[in-house]
Amino acid sequence: MLQFEKWKVILILLVSGLGVLFALPNLFSDEELAHWPGFLPTSKINLGLDLQGGAHLLFEVDVNSVKKERLESLVDDIRLALNGNRGEKPRIGYTNLGLVGDVVKVKIINPDKVSEAMTRIKNLGVPVKNTVFGTSVADIAVTKGKNQFIEVRVTPEALKAMGRSAVDQSIEIVRRRIDELGTREPTIQRQGADRIIVQVPGVGDPQRIIDLIGQTAKLTFHMVDTSIPVQEAMNGRVPPRSMLLPSENPNEPFVLVFRRAEIGGERLVNSQQGFDQRTGQPIVSFRFDSAGARRFADLSRENVGRRFAIVLDNKVISAPVIREPILGGSGQISGNFTIQSASDLSILLRAGALPAPLNVIEQRTVGPELGADSIAEGEVAAVIGFVIVVTFILLSYSLFGLFANLALVLNLILLMGTLSLLGATLTLPGIAGIVLTVGMAVDANVLIFERIKEELRAGKSSINAVEAGYARALGTIMDANITTLIAAVILFFMGSGPVKGFAVTLAIGIMTSVFTAFTVTRLIVAMWLRRRRPQTIPV
Amino acid sequence: MALLKLIPDNLSIGFVSLRKLAFLLSGSLVVASIVLFFAEGLNFGIDFRGGTLIEIATPQETADIGLIRSTLGNLGLGDIKIQEFGKPNEVLIVVEQQAVPKDLKDAGDSEKNAQAVITEVKVALSASLGDGVIYNRIEVVGPKVSGELVQQGTTAVVLAVFLMLIYIWFRFEWQFSLGAVLALVHDVILTIGMFAITQMEFNLSIIAAILTIVGYSMNDTVVVYDRVRENLRKYKKMELADLLDLSINETLSRTVITSLTTLLALFSLYLFGGAVIRGFTFAMIWGIFVGTYSSIFIASPLLLITDVKRDWSGYGAKASAKSS
Repeated sequence: MLQFEKWKVILILLVSGLGVLFALPNLFSDEELAHWPGFLPTSKINLGLDLQGGAHLLFEVDVNSVKKERLESLVDDIRLALNGNRGEKPRIGYTNLGLVGDVVKVKIINPDKVSEAMTRIKNLGVPVKNTVFGTSVADIAVTKGKNQFIEVRVTPEALKAMGRSAVDQSIEIVRRRIDELGTREPTIQRQGADRIIVQVPGVGDPQRIIDLIGQTAKLTFHMVDTSIPVQEAMNGRVPPRSMLLPSENPNEPFVLVFRRAEIGGERLVNSQQGFDQRTGQPIVSFRFDSAGARRFADLSRENVGRRFAIVLDNKVISAPVIREPILGGSGQISGNFTIQSASDLSILLRAGALPAPLNVIEQRTVGPELGADSIAEGEVAAVIGFVIVVTFILLSYSLFGLFANLALVLNLILLMGTLSLLGATLTLPGIAGIVLTVGMAVDANVLIFERIKEELRAGKSSINAVEAGYARALGTIMDANITTLIAAVILFFMGSGPVKGFAVTLAIGIMTSVFTAFTVTRLIVAMWLRRRRPQTIPV
Repeated sequence: MALLKLIPDNLSIGFVSLRKLAFLLSGSLVVASIVLFFAEGLNFGIDFRGGTLIEIATPQETADIGLIRSTLGNLGLGDIKIQEFGKPNEVLIVVEQQAVPKDLKDAGDSEKNAQAVITEVKVALSASLGDGVIYNRIEVVGPKVSGELVQQGTTAVVLAVFLMLIYIWFRFEWQFSLGAVLALVHDVILTIGMFAITQMEFNLSIIAAILTIVGYSMNDTVVVYDRVRENLRKYKKMELADLLDLSINETLSRTVITSLTTLLALFSLYLFGGAVIRGFTFAMIWGIFVGTYSSIFIASPLLLITDVKRDWSGYGAKASAKSS
């Protein structure tokens, strides 16, 4: 146990040296690090949000609204299919076609035509890949109900696929929206099947971000329905082809618009905040792509003198009269805008509409002052803890205690180095983990030293006692530390954010402490023994 | 030689003979903890109950809790807890979860409510305390996430204890495993009892502390068991009770010193580490005490009761090859 072949010594020194090298960047500022030669590591430890201040937001995709959209568009598709697809097939008579809760129901008048109706409706389904088995399943389930009713539902596989694709699309759009705000290195990641984590360091008040991400930003253009007075519609008599929408205009709380969206926001290629040339009020200008521009031109040409409504997330933000045909494909939205709200809307339009609403289900924000305070307090606690433990060990084990303390210092350096290398995140509980490691790291050495003392008491010679001490203690050390490691691993997987940081420092701390106790301290002891050949062991 | 010697050599305390007393003490503490848990309940934080937590630093030197209480009380936000936290001008405000929607699918509404809560509180506070209120921390946990965290926390602790059981069974005999796990469960229950009686905030970081205690307590127990196993092989003729006593006494020095160093480090954290992790540190300190106590007074005597086997001859060959 006390024999160290040359290569082992070199390896130990190498690992220790590397540890120092990787930990070193943390002592320097970023500007200084930029001047370092390329082969030297420069990554520092990441500070968690609770130490640098920032916002952690967990969003959940509202898959139900995606489901609802699919079902609503299915109603229209079924109507078309049963009517014979504009003459392709004979018409099948039906009544009571509508969406009831989660189910689209339709009653087929002629009982003999039910199965054909079911076939036509089944053909409206779109295949969804079942990723577990690789097979495909339709996204709708068509079943026969009572009394010649056919019921159509969305399949669970489809729901999952909707969630997944909604998340993928949303991440891109969220990233674009946040990038516009110019925040420092945001983290945007999927979590689980239908959630997105957004972490923005340095942001003390995430309200703007939440507002920006919380809006679906679905922009559609509809013609205003002037066939009946708005008051009648408000009393409940809404024509089937139209819908009553709230509006931003205080003079006109509701607007009746046709359901059909003439042009959608996906046709926009650009949007900017600007000012109205005549009134100087903030406006949002936009430009369509060629297809959108053509549609816009046709629409405006056919409807000069009529009003069209610009609808954002089912709210009318503006409903101007078409004065002349707009052929250039660009226009502006004027309404109740402040510079900020106009700017926000242009950001939303540029980034694109979210496929489904995102709801904040968890939020943790730490102000930068608290973050700095926490770091300071953590440092103080760590230093004081370290000094106390070092003193205590020195008093308890004299010279060997000194060896153990040297190993402790190296232990901490290796810990910091590993954290820097992994790009791990240091949180406040993580600092607690480091302090805890200081307290627990000595355990390995204590086990060895106590064993050595016992062997000395039993009468062994100095060298033999040390040999036996190391030999016997290994099994115990492994057993004992593995259990704490198991706990740390579980913590890592079940915890989030700060707790994860604690698990990481604890786990790495355990491993480095076992390493230093078994290599570094042993090496120092071995070298000292060989040089001094003492009669008594100061332990 | 060493200047400090806490445990004299060749100590011989009759730990095992104290076991009846220890079991009585532990038994009553366990029962008391369970009773307290059901009677008083734990002061669950928003991690498990959902709700909004706002930590502020008032511009005034000392926070006027009464003023804050009356200001926020008028907002009609339901149950609001207000307490000092750390420095004299720092206040912790916890607003209970707003109207949980009947259908959790509409979680969106509950979240919008939480945002509205924050805005209302901010407006009210700046009106009564003036500008310059610093919002140190804002945490919102919705009903879905809090439900999940409760599940995750419980699963994690149960899983940890279970994994320990398997590991000890694998390395030692089943009697060791049983003793270790009972000691662990005892530690967890006593920690929960401590939180029931002090009504300190019980949130995710306390679960983290409990898991760490599980790891640490097992750590301790294994060291003693390792010595017991070694002695079982060495002293085949010794009375089991005496052998257990010997093992505990032999490892006592290490146990005390390691617990002490860990406690010293934790005390430093408790005193200087700031208010945010104080609950966590407190749980850890208590856990170290309980864990050390249980390794000595519970885990080992249980070996006596479960009558661990004395004949290690078959096992000895395999195991002795491992430890050398």
